[in-house]
Amino acid sequence: MRTPLSTPPNARPNARPNAPGESRTTTPTRRGSTADARTGHTHRLRADAVTLGYDRRVISEDLTLAVPDGSFTVIVGANGCGKSTLLRGLARLLKPAAGAVHLDGREIHRAPSKEVARRLGLLPQAQVAPDGITVADLVARGRYPHQSLLRQWTRDDEEAVRDALAATGVEDLAERLVDELSGGQRQRVWLAMALAQRTEILLLDEPTTYLDIAHQVEVLDLCERLRAERGHTLVAVLHDLNLACRYATHLVAMKDGAVVAEGAPDEVITEALVEHVYGLACRVLPDPECGTPLVIPRKNVSTVPSTPPKEELR
Amino acid sequence: MVDLGIRAVRLGPLAVRVSARSVLVCALLAVVAVAAATAAVLLGEIQVGLPRLLVTLTGGGSAFEEYLVLDSRLPRVVTALLVGLALGISGAVFQTVSRNPLGSPDVIGFETGAATGGLVALLVVGGGVAGASVGAVLGGMATAVVVYALALRNGLDGLRLVLIGVGLGALLLSVNALLIVRADVYDAQEAGGWLVGNLAGASWDGIGWLAPLVLALCAGALALSRPLTIAELADDSAAGLGQRTDRLRLTAITVGVLLSSLAVAAAGPIAFVALSAPQIARRLTAASGPNLLASGLAGATLLVLADHAARELFQPRQVPVGVVTGLVGGVFLAWLLTREWRKGHA
Repeated sequence: MRTPLSTPPNARPNARPNAPGESRTTTPTRRGSTADARTGHTHRLRADAVTLGYDRRVISEDLTLAVPDGSFTVIVGANGCGKSTLLRGLARLLKPAAGAVHLDGREIHRAPSKEVARRLGLLPQAQVAPDGITVADLVARGRYPHQSLLRQWTRDDEEAVRDALAATGVEDLAERLVDELSGGQRQRVWLAMALAQRTEILLLDEPTTYLDIAHQVEVLDLCERLRAERGHTLVAVLHDLNLACRYATHLVAMKDGAVVAEGAPDEVITEALVEHVYGLACRVLPDPECGTPLVIPRKNVSTVPSTPPKEELR
Repeated sequence: MVDLGIRAVRLGPLAVRVSARSVLVCALLAVVAVAAATAAVLLGEIQVGLPRLLVTLTGGGSAFEEYLVLDSRLPRVVTALLVGLALGISGAVFQTVSRNPLGSPDVIGFETGAATGGLVALLVVGGGVAGASVGAVLGGMATAVVVYALALRNGLDGLRLVLIGVGLGALLLSVNALLIVRADVYDAQEAGGWLVGNLAGASWDGIGWLAPLVLALCAGALALSRPLTIAELADDSAAGLGQRTDRLRLTAITVGVLLSSLAVAAAGPIAFVALSAPQIARRLTAASGPNLLASGLAGATLLVLADHAARELFQPRQVPVGVVTGLVGGVFLAWLLTREWRKGHA
């Protein structure tokens, strides 16, 4: 039982499973992850009451999020709501001013970075491919956390890279230069690099940007396969609400740096919530293809008053 | 099965990645550097035959041959090799850290800053040659600190670094000119020659302190090769792979500044070797990553050739080697800028 349908959009029933005074209890389990006694979920990766921001600008305060193990957790919200910031915090790219992110029961900022990189992978939003690098060479860099001065290119490395190239369908591009690829091909190569890292937890910051709809579905299908077939945990920031609803097993809605609702998409996504989070009046119907919520904006009621309706002019 | 183009030598638990092409390129560059150095000792206004060179090296030469080969040409060539090596590796380190081919110490004012330090020690403090060397290293470090302090903002932006460096370099160039104008004529003439980059004053004493420092720092830079390869990626990607870029950058910059400042201390600010050597090395090896060793060897080869030209082309006069690298490198810089500009607007 997760967020009930009747919950008002600003309620946070599942946001702080550890908060004192609540009836639910958490118990430590294998490798320091915690289990939620009520939902039965374990959480290897969690943010506990973190304050995140840049310089002196605070984006999120006292934010708590537990990523269910084996879930495809998708974070949605309007531009600037702090979803990428939260992902950067979870990925230890951003050090919380207060609170802490825990991975396997250990504070992520205190753990050796390479050790973390063997458990938690990241596909960041902005990427820079070095000049004149081949696809295979770039994907091979994903093996860095598994390598050392004397173990620079083992058979495991080779197998992981081949596997990642095959999984993302870029095998045939292996010898090509990354500079020569199209945006869609390049995004799949970056994903291959993250896969070559072979981590059980993978964080993806807007992995479908720059991709056409077919490639978006392809990337998300691949993520779903990683979850279903290999039991990986995925956390992604997505802009497309309908795709988020289709693929997420755990949906997190954010507004103004806070989690306003989380749970299964059909429990979280309501007309009221979308209106609250995005300021968009809409209808929510079951997706005819998979039954997940389908968000359809209402006609001419955009709250961004670019061309106000005539009635309001009087 | 698709060829990944990645090879390794595996022996028990060891698995060292090697690129046949990079090994070949480094070997060839080393051969060319040694051949160029030998030619520079043998050839010139006065020719020395190979048999006479061997005789002189083993202590059987005439007094004139001993002076020409042992005291004049050989130390000059060895210094050129060391300075070229230092500049090439320093350039490769900086270009990798700034992710910009123009981020090399000669473009972003670090060599000019080292020269300012050297001039202040020479003309203001009056510390002599040893003082000038220390001054050059201090000047280079100070310039690096200022440029990076101004360029850092939520990580390092390569273009911002280049622009700030070029600006500060121009400022320091004026300071250098001012120092020369204010000095007395004899000092000014000597300092002026040093300021364009000159190997004519090379001596075994100089090599005595230069060689161990340069070789140790080069070894230090080579040890950073693998992390630097990861740091070529954006900061977030590198961090995701478990490589923190802030500390690595600090270490790499320290090694790079020391190398370029030592080069300036030994031979004055020689332009364009640090800029062009890594670019040449990259094109020869066709490998990504900093290509540190190949860059160093390319730098050594370039400087020996340039210094030989500077020594012999305008006989009976000699021009400072900086004039030659400046002429050749200026053309190279123009080509590189055009190429980068086109790429940026493609």
